[in-house]
Amino acid sequence: MSGLLRFATAGSVDDGKSTLIGRLLFDSKTVFADQLAAVEKTSADRGDDYTNLALLTDGLRAEREQGITIDVAYRYFATPARTFIVADTPGHVQYTRNMVTGASTADLALVLVDARKGVVEQTRRHASLSALLRVPHLVLAVNKMDLVGYDPSVFHAVVSEFRDFAASLGLPDVTAIPIAALQGDNVVHKSANTPWYDGPALLEHLETVEVDRDHLGSRGARFPVQYVIRPMSVELPDYRGYAGTLATGTLRAGDEVVVLPSGRRTTVASVETADGPMSHAVARQAVTVRLADEVDVSRGDLIAAAEDAPTVTSSLEATLCWMAEVPLVPGRRVLLKHTTRTVKAIVTELHDTLDVATLSSGQAPAFALNDIGRVTIVTSSPVFVDDYADDRTTGAFVLIDEATGATIAAGMVGTVLGVSA
Amino acid sequence: MSVFVPALEGGLSQLDVLEAEGIHVLREVAAEFERPALLFSGGKDSIVMLKLAERAFWPGRIPFPLVHVDTGHNFDEVLAFRDQRVAELGARLVVGSVQDDIDAGRVHEVPGGLRNPLQTTTLLRTIEENRFDAVFGGARRDEEKARAKERFLSFRDAFGQWDPKNQRPELWNLYNGRHNPGEHIRVFPLSNWTELDIWRYIVREQIEVPSIYYAHEREVFVRDGMLLGVTPHSQPRPGETVETHVVRYRTVGDASCTGAVASPAATAEQVLEEVAATRLTERGATRADDRASEAAMEDRKKEGYF
Repeated sequence: MSGLLRFATAGSVDDGKSTLIGRLLFDSKTVFADQLAAVEKTSADRGDDYTNLALLTDGLRAEREQGITIDVAYRYFATPARTFIVADTPGHVQYTRNMVTGASTADLALVLVDARKGVVEQTRRHASLSALLRVPHLVLAVNKMDLVGYDPSVFHAVVSEFRDFAASLGLPDVTAIPIAALQGDNVVHKSANTPWYDGPALLEHLETVEVDRDHLGSRGARFPVQYVIRPMSVELPDYRGYAGTLATGTLRAGDEVVVLPSGRRTTVASVETADGPMSHAVARQAVTVRLADEVDVSRGDLIAAAEDAPTVTSSLEATLCWMAEVPLVPGRRVLLKHTTRTVKAIVTELHDTLDVATLSSGQAPAFALNDIGRVTIVTSSPVFVDDYADDRTTGAFVLIDEATGATIAAGMVGTVLGVSA
Repeated sequence: MSVFVPALEGGLSQLDVLEAEGIHVLREVAAEFERPALLFSGGKDSIVMLKLAERAFWPGRIPFPLVHVDTGHNFDEVLAFRDQRVAELGARLVVGSVQDDIDAGRVHEVPGGLRNPLQTTTLLRTIEENRFDAVFGGARRDEEKARAKERFLSFRDAFGQWDPKNQRPELWNLYNGRHNPGEHIRVFPLSNWTELDIWRYIVREQIEVPSIYYAHEREVFVRDGMLLGVTPHSQPRPGETVETHVVRYRTVGDASCTGAVASPAATAEQVLEEVAATRLTERGATRADDRASEAAMEDRKKEGYF
């Protein structure tokens, strides 16, 4: 079982997301005494009836004043079983952009619904975005069960409706848990108020869910070169190492590899870190690779398994989440950053947009802020890609506005949510 | 919480993941920026960050200078440690002196003698004079609520200001460092580390830290519930009595506002156990500068603080 779980929370305004995170931190004894004292004081000053645990995560002045969460907030807590990184994403304006950001690195998505309201448009959006970003696990937390008298029929109705929608998305793994974040029911401890629920409390599930990264090891190696290390010192006049983070697969001395874009084949001479040579590197390790032959390799090149290399292309079919105020129109020139490679590109065609609440697609002459849709992109020099559905690293890219430097789109290679018109 | 670090299937522990993430960020920025620099105070977080930098570019040297914003209110042990590390690494050290800014009239001493708020001017001046376009800092998101919303690469305008409502989204491990001349980026490779992770890593890698992090006898007095050491920069006021206690420091900031904690922890392992069991955040326990208001850190960050 892995020691680190990254999860993203999502919910509509007032679904109690921040309260739930506060409850997890508080009940797992992660919140420190002085933080709690500060929150208790602020709650009392504001005249809240109870200690407002949302104040633990809403740190910016404007958030406290308006009682909302503005930006993705990262929270950390640990239990003896696992360490958790929580990306708490706002449920209101900019929700798509923030949710996509939080979900891009998440192992698990935690979607909250209000038991009184059931599955609403926002719930469907969040489920769709989790599926779009290929988050491996999803937890549906049906919150505010105290306000429906802990009625199992309410819970089952919400879950049933959600599962129907999740099935149409092909969401791989959905776990539903009835909770009351404010009271703490089924958050850290199983609640006596829900004797009809025989599943785990939320924290127990988070501690034990299998984080499946096996597929990263079974596919061909992908090593984007970040930095060329050449000490050129008296001791190491000829040392030349390629530094980077292994995206996919494993890499060991003796492996046959191909360097892209040159196509030159060679052999891995060694895989090393500051601790010295290692038997092999696994995905997500930051290492330095040395090659047997003198090959021209620079930043932005890719060292890949010779017999299982990615597609080399200057034309991409991709799904975009548009994140800029200025609409995207065909012919837009951008910078495309994919792994360690940044190239000039043109979005030549907009094919369709996807309504993530209804899963219906439509034609759009332009993409507005938060729109998700399929496009064709032509790049000025080749990129080495896999489908995002197969690889969340080598299938992902961002688009950058060359003039302002802003990140204006998240991109996924291929058709990620296959939906017919 | 527990000191216990669960092993990951396939051999990657949580520390391995955090270390790899930090190294990845250091390499990205070194590759994409013309003139990066690394803030090194001699504090434990910047020591760990420097260790990651050493590992990231091994066997080559760290390809950027170290910067120390010197308040003039230093612990001697920390300054000695700073100079020792710089010598070991063969690195270049740039010192930005708060005293210089005071002498030039750019900032003024505040009542009470706290110099932390004055560092912003010195930091921005040092960045400008050296034309640094990326500055690595050891800040962690778990330290404070405003920091919890900061990116790995945090964009600053020509005035060094942070706009929390207008941050670039950071997706996957794709970091966008694009900037215009005069603007710069603050980079936080340890964003996802907690205080506990820092100490776990110090123990695992047997990293040396200044001796004041470990239990020692010191003359201290109590002010605002904090134990302040007697130094040329922090003297007891009338009514404050000086006593000798066995203490250690959890952070090493400005010596005039950084409090000690009573602690018998004399080794990194013992500190780790103590940190795992503690019920006060390090800033809440020992930093007078964050106590000013609930949003003190956000206000200072917007102006260009670390």
